[in-house]
Amino acid sequence: MYTAADLRKGLKITLDNDPYIVIAFDFSKPGKGQALYRTKMRNMVNGTIIDRTYRSGETFEPAHLEERTMQYLYKEDNNYCFMDNQTYEQTSISGDELGDARNFLIDNLQVDVLLFRDRPIGVNLPNFVNLRVAQTDPWAKGDTSGSDSKPATVETGYVLRVPPFIEEGELITIDTRNGEYSTRVKG
Amino acid sequence: MAGSWPLARRRAALEARAAIIQEIRLFFHAGGYLEAETPLRIPSPAPELHIDAIPSDGWFLHTSPELCMKRMLAAGYERIFQICHCWRSDERGALHLPEFTMLEWYRSGADYLGLMEECESLVRRVALATGGRERIFFRSREIDVNPPWERISVRDAFSRYGGMSMEQALARDLFDEVMVKDIEPRLGLDKPAFIHDYPAERGALARLKADDPAVAERFELYMGGLEVANAFSELTDPREQRDRFLAEQACRRATGKTVYPLPEKFLAELPAMPPSAGIALGIDRLVMVLLDAASIDEVVAFTPEEL
Repeated sequence: MYTAADLRKGLKITLDNDPYIVIAFDFSKPGKGQALYRTKMRNMVNGTIIDRTYRSGETFEPAHLEERTMQYLYKEDNNYCFMDNQTYEQTSISGDELGDARNFLIDNLQVDVLLFRDRPIGVNLPNFVNLRVAQTDPWAKGDTSGSDSKPATVETGYVLRVPPFIEEGELITIDTRNGEYSTRVKG
Repeated sequence: MAGSWPLARRRAALEARAAIIQEIRLFFHAGGYLEAETPLRIPSPAPELHIDAIPSDGWFLHTSPELCMKRMLAAGYERIFQICHCWRSDERGALHLPEFTMLEWYRSGADYLGLMEECESLVRRVALATGGRERIFFRSREIDVNPPWERISVRDAFSRYGGMSMEQALARDLFDEVMVKDIEPRLGLDKPAFIHDYPAERGALARLKADDPAVAERFELYMGGLEVANAFSELTDPREQRDRFLAEQACRRATGKTVYPLPEKFLAELPAMPPSAGIALGIDRLVMVLLDAASIDEVVAFTPEEL
C-alpha cells in the first residue's frame, strides 16, 4: 500500500481497477494549509491522461504488473494471439490495447507482454524489427523533384517513408520506438 | 573520487544567496533590529494542525522560532530578527525542503499593515543591491518591486479567481485546493501581492479583525505565484491563545498526529507581550525568485537526497 507521500514520477498505482503511471508530480502546501499532492497520470490500458490531487494520508494500491516473454502467433479479426514461451498458454490482445505495436508484429516475433491482474494490457517490442516491403513504387530515374523519400507498405500493412532506392521485396529495419525507417538489411 | 558536480555548478547561486542574506542583515541593522538566536531544539512546538515537527531526543526540532521570539517581545525586546534553519516533516517538492532557512522578524507596536510596508522596503532594497534592478525576472515575467504592491483580500481572491466564495470553499472543504489551483498562480505576477484577511480558523496565532471577526489579521506575500512570506498581527490574549492551541491539539489527536505538550512558559508570559506583528519569510524562496530558479534545489548547497 502506498500513501500520498510515496507519490513520485514513474510510480504505478491502481485506480478504479486500472493501472496508472504517474507522469508528473507536484507537492504543494498553501500557507498553513494541508499538503496537497498534485499528479498527472496515464492509464496504462487505454492511454487516457488524468489530473488528480490528493491529500496526505490517502492511500493507493500498487499496480502489480508482470512481464512475460511470448511469441506472436497470428491475428484473428481485431485480436492478436500470443503464446507464452514457458507455459505454451495462449493469450489474445485486442488491436486497441496493442496500439502502434501492432504495426510491427510478424509471425514468431518474441515480445514482452505486460500483464495486469493476469490481463494482458500491452507489449514491449524489441527496439528494432525487420519487416519486408510489400509495396512501393519504383524510383523514377530522372526524378528531379528532389524528394529524398517515398512511401512504402510493409508486410503488416504499416506505411512509412523510406529512401528512394528501396525496392519491393526488400527487408528493412524499423525503429519501433518512433516507427521510422532505420536501415536496409543486406542479403 | 572527484568533488560533486551538481554542487560545483551551484557556485553562482550560492554566492548570490550569501549576498542576499548579507543585505537582509544590513536592512535590519539599519532599522534598529537586534539579531536573535533562539534554540533550534525545543520541548513544545506551537500546535498547528498541518505543521509536523521532527522529534529530537524527546524534544523537537523547531518548525519556526516564533514562540521563543515572542517570549523575547514579552521581555521587552521591541525589534528582533532571526535567520535560522527550521524543520518540517514530510515536506519535499520543487518548492519545499524538510530543512529550510527562515527569516523571522517581530516588531512591537506594529500591526500586519505595517509589516506589508516593511516587506516592500526590504525586498526592494535586496533586489536593487543584488540584481541592480527594480524589476525581477521570474518565471518568464517581470515583477516590478516598486511600492505600493498589490493588496487583495482572501475573500476577493476567491470570488475573483476561485469560482466560489471563501465561505463556500470552507463549507465544502475545498479551501486549500482552490487556493493552490486557481488563486496562487494568479498572485504577484506584475507586482508582488499581499493576500490578506484569512479565515479565522487559519491563523492559530493571529489576532482577529476587530470589525470582521470571521477573519484574522494575517497576510501572505506572493511573488510570481510563489508564496514567500506569512505574517500576522499577533494574538496577545492568553486565554484565547490557550483555547486555540487546545482546539489545534484536539484536531491533531483526532487525525492520529503527534500531540505536542502545550508551550506553558510562552502562554504564561504572553500577557506581558505588547501589541506586535511578526512575519516569517522563506529565504530559499526569496532567493529562488531573485535568481529565477525553477526548483529550491538550485539555491541550496545540499538537498537531503545528496547527503
